[in-house]
Order: sequence, then structure tokens, then C-alpha cells
Amino acid sequence: MIKVKKLTPPKMSWSERIYIPNVLKGLGITVRHIPTKKFTIQYPEEKWIPRPGYRGAHRLNKDGEGRIKCVACEMCSAACPSNCIHIVGGVSPWDDREKYPVVFEIDMLRCIYCGMCEEACPREAIELTQVYDFAAYSREDLVWDKEKLLEMFELTKNNDYYETRVQKAVKTSDVNPNG
Amino acid sequence: MADPAYQLKTDRTILNFGPQHPSTHGTLRLVLELDGEVVIRAEPHIGYLHSGFEKLGEYKSYNQWVALSDRMNYLSPLSNNIGFAQAVELLIGVEIPERAKYIRVILAELSRIADHMVWLGTHALDIGAFTAFLYGFEARENLYVIFEHTTGTRLTTSYTRVGGLFRDVPHDFEEMVKNFLKYFPKVLKELHGLLTRNRIWIDRTRNIGVLAKEDAINLGVTGPTLRGSGVPYDVRKNFPYLIYDRLDFEIPVCDDGDVYSRYLVRMEEVEQSLKIVEQCIKDFPDGPVSLFNQKLALPEKEKVYDTIEGLIHHFKNIMPGHGFTVPEGDIYDSTEAPNGELGFYLVADGSHKAYRLRVRGPSFVNFAAFDHLARGAMVSDLVAILGSLNIIAGELDR
Repeated sequence: MIKVKKLTPPKMSWSERIYIPNVLKGLGITVRHIPTKKFTIQYPEEKWIPRPGYRGAHRLNKDGEGRIKCVACEMCSAACPSNCIHIVGGVSPWDDREKYPVVFEIDMLRCIYCGMCEEACPREAIELTQVYDFAAYSREDLVWDKEKLLEMFELTKNNDYYETRVQKAVKTSDVNPNG
Repeated sequence: MADPAYQLKTDRTILNFGPQHPSTHGTLRLVLELDGEVVIRAEPHIGYLHSGFEKLGEYKSYNQWVALSDRMNYLSPLSNNIGFAQAVELLIGVEIPERAKYIRVILAELSRIADHMVWLGTHALDIGAFTAFLYGFEARENLYVIFEHTTGTRLTTSYTRVGGLFRDVPHDFEEMVKNFLKYFPKVLKELHGLLTRNRIWIDRTRNIGVLAKEDAINLGVTGPTLRGSGVPYDVRKNFPYLIYDRLDFEIPVCDDGDVYSRYLVRMEEVEQSLKIVEQCIKDFPDGPVSLFNQKLALPEKEKVYDTIEGLIHHFKNIMPGHGFTVPEGDIYDSTEAPNGELGFYLVADGSHKAYRLRVRGPSFVNFAAFDHLARGAMVSDLVAILGSLNIIAGELDR
């Protein structure tokens, strides 16, 4: 019933047992790799552009009038498995909604980048961007507040964050046959 | 020479192997009792990578816990995602759409290949073959691109949700997988060329760490370690899940039970995985990837933005204390992860969190066989034995 494939260790021929011809054969394999395309990229100068849909740093979207889209419904902080989103809602200054976030903080060190906040947002307000290199010198710097998250929107809204910042932005298809 | 002062006193040495040894793959620690260079006893100490994922299962909702399953066996996170989601779905009693099943099978098999490539690379690296490591990692990198485009990240995929998937695959998913299927057999041929008939590789692995058939069954090892001892047990065949009963593939076994036979089994498994992926991609169905059941899965975003029903269901799904509940009961369900049988034992108390979540990690059970394999081996062989078991520390410590 269950299809089984019996494997047996190969019988070694005389030439394989003395090893020397096999050294050359193995070297042949590595030598054939020399003229092939380089697989690595020179990281800080060259950077990989992830596709849209990559789960990197967050941003808070703005609507057509430049106002924050978030309505402080706290769905994202409820969905977050690592409890890294802190929201304090307040009465909105605009007529078309009742609430808006007075405080919106994400602890980027606590975040696990699972994308569940984006999935939970009913207003398309929080989104994960392609940005993956956002190191800082202190833990406090990586607790991003509302201003920083809105600034991320300005930086990433044209989907060219890496193209405009790096000497060479590498598309996946440049180095990878699957890209 | 009769003078007793000239007689060498042989004493047993205690040697700490790890937790910061380069060939222990993570934070494993072994306390070895040595007589000369021969191992008398090997005592594994675990707990250096404790992440508490079982306990967290009692506090996170079922969908939130998927994110934690990535951190178990971090070489094949997709297999963990799939195993967990499947256990919950069985407990609720829902069946996921056909397309989701196909995607799950394809991704599980691709992550099996990725896992085996890392295993081969590091295993060969420990024994001294550096080239295989580079080629194996290059192949894995190609797979990680597919995973990145599909799930959004390379490693912490969190791709499944109860009732389906997080999102559909990208538009060129089939093309990427087909490219990989075309590219990968060449890599496999090279790896075989570098290792399979390599005399040094054979000297280091043949008749090392022999696990007899009876011992393998008694110790409860699963996966390639069990099949390397000649037992044709594979969850995909013995207890078919998803669409495995419709697919044509073979279970490789090797009777020798040594490190080399585990190598042969894993290499053949990779080939069988390619065969499975090929069959799946050939009749890859269209359709939804998540259940159309708004009590369980989130409604589509367009409905949430535009209709009040969608918005209500969306809120009901996510609001604390309102998510979907799982009826009281318990279930043990297992899938074939790259290292062996990955089982989830869930006890549900009718709420939206598990009452108890127990993971049967294959690494944990396979590591129990280590003392048995290590006795009588040389210290240098330990590295080969440890490599052949492919212990992942993230799964070892709960």
C-alpha cells in the first residue's frame, strides 16, 4: 500500500576508493561555478528592494486632505500578538468622524512584524511598508510615535524608498532566478 | 616498568560540549563523560532557548498563536504554521478550500527542501565540507525569495490562519515555483557529486551512530531518522492529510541506520518533494484561499470598507473576547514536518483561546535518542551524529 523506495549505499569503485580522481571531479564542480553570476549583493551600498506586500516597518496613512486616517478603534492593538501598539483616543477635531488617536505608539523592538495589525485595520490606516533598515542607538528611539509613523507615510508613499536612498537598489530578479 | 609510578592512571573526563560550540547549531549543551576519546555517556541539557510557546498558547487567541509557531522550528516555519492551523480546523470541524490545500502542500514541501538544504549545509560544514554549505544555502535563498514574495517575510512567515491562509499567493507564484523546479535538480546533482561518493564523507559517516530498527521504534524517533533505520513510517502516507492521498510519491527508507543512511534518505526526500510540488503545480486550482465563513475568517477588505455587515463581522472577529470560539474538546493531530512527526495536542474549553496547547516537536523526541547513539563513539563523531539528527533548539525548549 505505502510506496517505499529502498535506498542502498553505493558500491565504491576502485578509482573512487583511492580518492584522487574524485578530488578532481569535485574540483571540477566548484570550478564550473566560477564564471556564473554573483549571487550576493554588497549590502550597505546595494540594497534589496522587497516587493509590495513585504512586512517591514509600519506607517500611518493619511487621507486625501492630509489628515490621519486612523479613527482610534484599537482593532490593531487588540489583534497584536505582542502587545506593542499603544493608542489613546480623543475627540476628533473633524466633523466626519468622532474619534482620532491623540497618542499612537508602536514599540518597534517588541513588534514581531506579523502583519496582523494591517489585517485588522478597518480603515486602511496602518500599513506595513517595505522598509527594513531602521536601526537606532537607543531603545527609546525605536518607540515610534504618531509623528514618526506619519512621516514614514511621506517617505514611502511613492514606493521608491530604496530607489532614492541607496547607490544601487537591487531588484530581486537581478540576482535571483526566481525573482 | 614494574614501578607503579610509570603506570598511567586512566580517569574519566567530563567535557562540556556547548552551549557555545560552533557545531551545536544553536544553544545545545551536552555533558560528555569520556574515557580517552571514547564517549561513555552523553547527557543533553536543554533549556537555553526557552521561549514559552506552549504556555503562551493559553493566553493568545488561536490566530495569534500562529505567529509563535514560526519560532519553533525556524528552518521550516511554514510546516509549523500548517500543522497548527490544521489541528484547530479539525477540532472545529471545518474543511478549507481546495486552493488553500494545494498552496499548503506546495509550501510545506518547499519548506521541507529548504530545511533539508540547511541541514545538509551545516551538517557537511561540521564534518569539514565547506562547498556543500554554500551551494545548499544558495538553493535555500532561492526558496526564501519565494517565501518572501508569498508571505511577506523570509523567516517568520505566519502564513496560515484558521480556515485558510493569510492572503493569496502572488500572481507569478506558479512561475516562480516552476523556475525553482527547473533550477533545483542541478543543485541536487552537484551536491550528490560533491558528497555521495566522496571517500572522506563516507569515512566520516558510514557505520557512525548506528540506530537499529528496534531501538528507533522504542525511542520514538520519527522522520528521516526513523526512515534511515529502515522503518517506512511517514505521516503523509500513514495518516494522509490535506491532499497527500491523491499525490504520487514514495517513502525513502534505508536499512543501515547510520549517519550516511540518514543523509541518503534526506536527499531522496528532497527529490520526492520536488515530485509532489510538480504534481500540485500541474493542477493548481483557482478559487478562494480562505473559508467563506465570516464567523471564523475575516471578511474581504472591500466588504469591510463598504458594507456594515462586513464591518460588524470584522469587528466581531477581532475584538478582545469576541473572536471565534472552538467547541470544548481535545485533539491530537500531526503532520510530517521535515524533522519528523510534528504533533499538536489541543484542549479547548469553548473559549477563543486554548486551555492547553502541547507540541510534540520532532527535535525533542529525536534528541532523546542522542545518548543511545553517542555511547561508544569518538568525540569527533559526535558532531556527525548531532548533525544527522538535525536538532533545532527553538523546538527543543518549550
